Amino acid sequence: MSTLQPDQATALGLAGRGRRGFDPDTIDGTLISDPSVRPPLVLGDRDFHSVTNTICGWIENRTPAWWFPAFMISAGIAGLGTAMILFLIVTGVGVWGLMNPVMWSWDITNFVWWVGIGHAGTLISAILCLLKQKWRTSINRFAEAMTIFAVICAGTFPGIHVGRVWMAWMLFPIPNSNWIWPNFRSPLLWDVFAVGTYFTVSLLFWYMGMIPDLATLRDRALARINVPVRLGPVGLPGMGFLDKITEQIVLPLNRVAAFVYGFLAMGWRFSTRHWNNYEKAYLMLAGISTPLVLSVHSVVSFDFAVSILPGWHTTIFPPYFVAGAIFSGFAMVLTLLIPARELYPGMKDFVTAKTIENMCKIITVTGSMVGFAYMMEFFIAWYGANPFEIQTFVRRAFGPYWWAYWTMITCNVISPQVFWFKWCRTNIPFIFLISILVNIGMWFERYVILTTLSGDFLPSSWAYFSPTYVDIFTFVGSIGIFMTLFLLFCRFLPMLAISEVKNVMPMADPHAYDVGHGGHGHNGHGHNGHNGHGVRNGHAANTGAY
Amino acid sequence: MAHHEAPRGGAHESGAGGPLWGVVAEFPNPGVLLHAAEKVRDAGFKRWDVYAPVPVHGMPEAMGLKHSKVTVIMGFMAAAGCTTALLMQWWMGEVDYPIVTAGKPLFAWEQATPIVFELSVLFSAFGAVFGMLILNLLPRWNHPLFSKQRFLRVSDDRFMIAIEASDPRFSEQSVRELLASLGGTHIDRVEEST
Repeated sequence: MSTLQPDQATALGLAGRGRRGFDPDTIDGTLISDPSVRPPLVLGDRDFHSVTNTICGWIENRTPAWWFPAFMISAGIAGLGTAMILFLIVTGVGVWGLMNPVMWSWDITNFVWWVGIGHAGTLISAILCLLKQKWRTSINRFAEAMTIFAVICAGTFPGIHVGRVWMAWMLFPIPNSNWIWPNFRSPLLWDVFAVGTYFTVSLLFWYMGMIPDLATLRDRALARINVPVRLGPVGLPGMGFLDKITEQIVLPLNRVAAFVYGFLAMGWRFSTRHWNNYEKAYLMLAGISTPLVLSVHSVVSFDFAVSILPGWHTTIFPPYFVAGAIFSGFAMVLTLLIPARELYPGMKDFVTAKTIENMCKIITVTGSMVGFAYMMEFFIAWYGANPFEIQTFVRRAFGPYWWAYWTMITCNVISPQVFWFKWCRTNIPFIFLISILVNIGMWFERYVILTTLSGDFLPSSWAYFSPTYVDIFTFVGSIGIFMTLFLLFCRFLPMLAISEVKNVMPMADPHAYDVGHGGHGHNGHGHNGHNGHGVRNGHAANTGAY
Repeated sequence: MAHHEAPRGGAHESGAGGPLWGVVAEFPNPGVLLHAAEKVRDAGFKRWDVYAPVPVHGMPEAMGLKHSKVTVIMGFMAAAGCTTALLMQWWMGEVDYPIVTAGKPLFAWEQATPIVFELSVLFSAFGAVFGMLILNLLPRWNHPLFSKQRFLRVSDDRFMIAIEASDPRFSEQSVRELLASLGGTHIDRVEEST
């Protein structure tokens, strides 16, 4: 039993073991400005066992005190959203503020926003995997879970915006008694396939990556079944019979955990013959997910770009949507990761200051791309000399929705530029604030695109869209659904990819044990004196680095 | 399920279960494990395996494994997805339900491309995950090794090699000696689960 105390390693890590002697400018020792020194990926002088104990401990230990209130609030908001959706279904889409000419508004804004948020998860798990960015291992499970829950929220909106929800199955080419088929020439149908494929592939990727970790949880639950838990002595002295009863208790929860995790792990036994197929499948999935993630938001942008409306009919939309999606997704990962990092003991040893800084840099890059796209839209509207196009863009910035446009510019173009300064991208509360601003800004970007509808070709039908309370609470409710699913994930599934984190640690490298093999192959960074056997004490500067 | 109800742990169950499945040994770290695997491979064993909590770098080569066939499965699945998408869009749009909308042709490769791409990716992703499981003969919820209490720690931080009794070169005594000479400890026999 002593070998399975999850708190022990966490406590040692929190006590600062192995955190000696680093420059305070490097925050936790990972923000080393010298580019020739590769900072460590896992802090706290951890070995494999302490990694397993910490990550599994978040699941196996008593539910943290903050979790229940957080879950209650999220589930309450989710319930509110569900009630709004039910109200919509029994009443009709008239309960939303939609009217002629603004026939798409918050529903599609929310759809595009949520799909975009999902993109960061796939980017982290697929593109950063192909680019061999090892720092991704501590955030990829987390981000992939976010992807799946975001796409669930996204898929809700097109489903309910069709009006007669019971006919939503007609989105798919399902044989039916009317002998009709969907229109394959419409980008709206491409969208069904793109988002459907994206959800399925993300789910497969997430689940496959989790199989070894589920097997770890299974084995730990099995080991606990075999060791009866001693709860006594509960009686007063002289009441030894109670003590005897409690000695034999085997927690039924461990049996449930062993069954559920065991079922999901599918009998994974960490065999190298299995790993051989697994690693290839994982790499290939990353390979096909990379064009997939770029295609999904491109197809979503076709919903607009393939139409012939001014302001929508532009070739810049696909790359601009993809950049915006990654931008908003990274912001959402940070919004979720920063509180989790504070709340779960030991998480800072995996999600280091360097990881957070890298994410801030990606936000600045993609934010600048988005800003460039806004500029290009204006330039092309002017250069194209199309009066309708010019009118549309002038109306976006100075028309009735000017407030939405300038909120978007402030949050998306100006706010991410602060990460050029080191103080900004190392100050955690400040990063959290910026991540929230980016989330808001990206929602407004989609809103600005949709409200282009308000000024159509016929000035007599121009109108101003205002949301109803149903619009607002459905959107807020979708955030509740997202948070509820996320809290359940944090409680019951491994938040960090245990086997992947172990695999980037120095002790996973078989050649690190070859005494007298200095400068061996792929890990021989001669300048920092890697002599191959200092695995436990010299991990900070040598192997397993960024 | 991955476990059965019989109590285990504690004393080794030598001779208690069914016929001999194989012999398992524990190794201290991935370095020793890699060299041990090379020696077992060179000794000519075919039915054996290495168990480690991470995919050890270079281990497939050390074991003499071939490249995974999962890519072939994915290739066939991608071709199947591509064909399905083309046939579906052509038959449904041009043959079975031809409706002219916006003066567009009933079927054209340009319009078919997004769905062709998506279905190719979808099918090959199924090929990757289910192909990996099929090649690994998973799910298999029971296995003789799961009856060993020490084996449960492989999912945490232990490294093991198991040589199966069905290997033509297997003899319990010589395998035990081989594993011990390579640095194996806690050498134990594993019985078939009954």
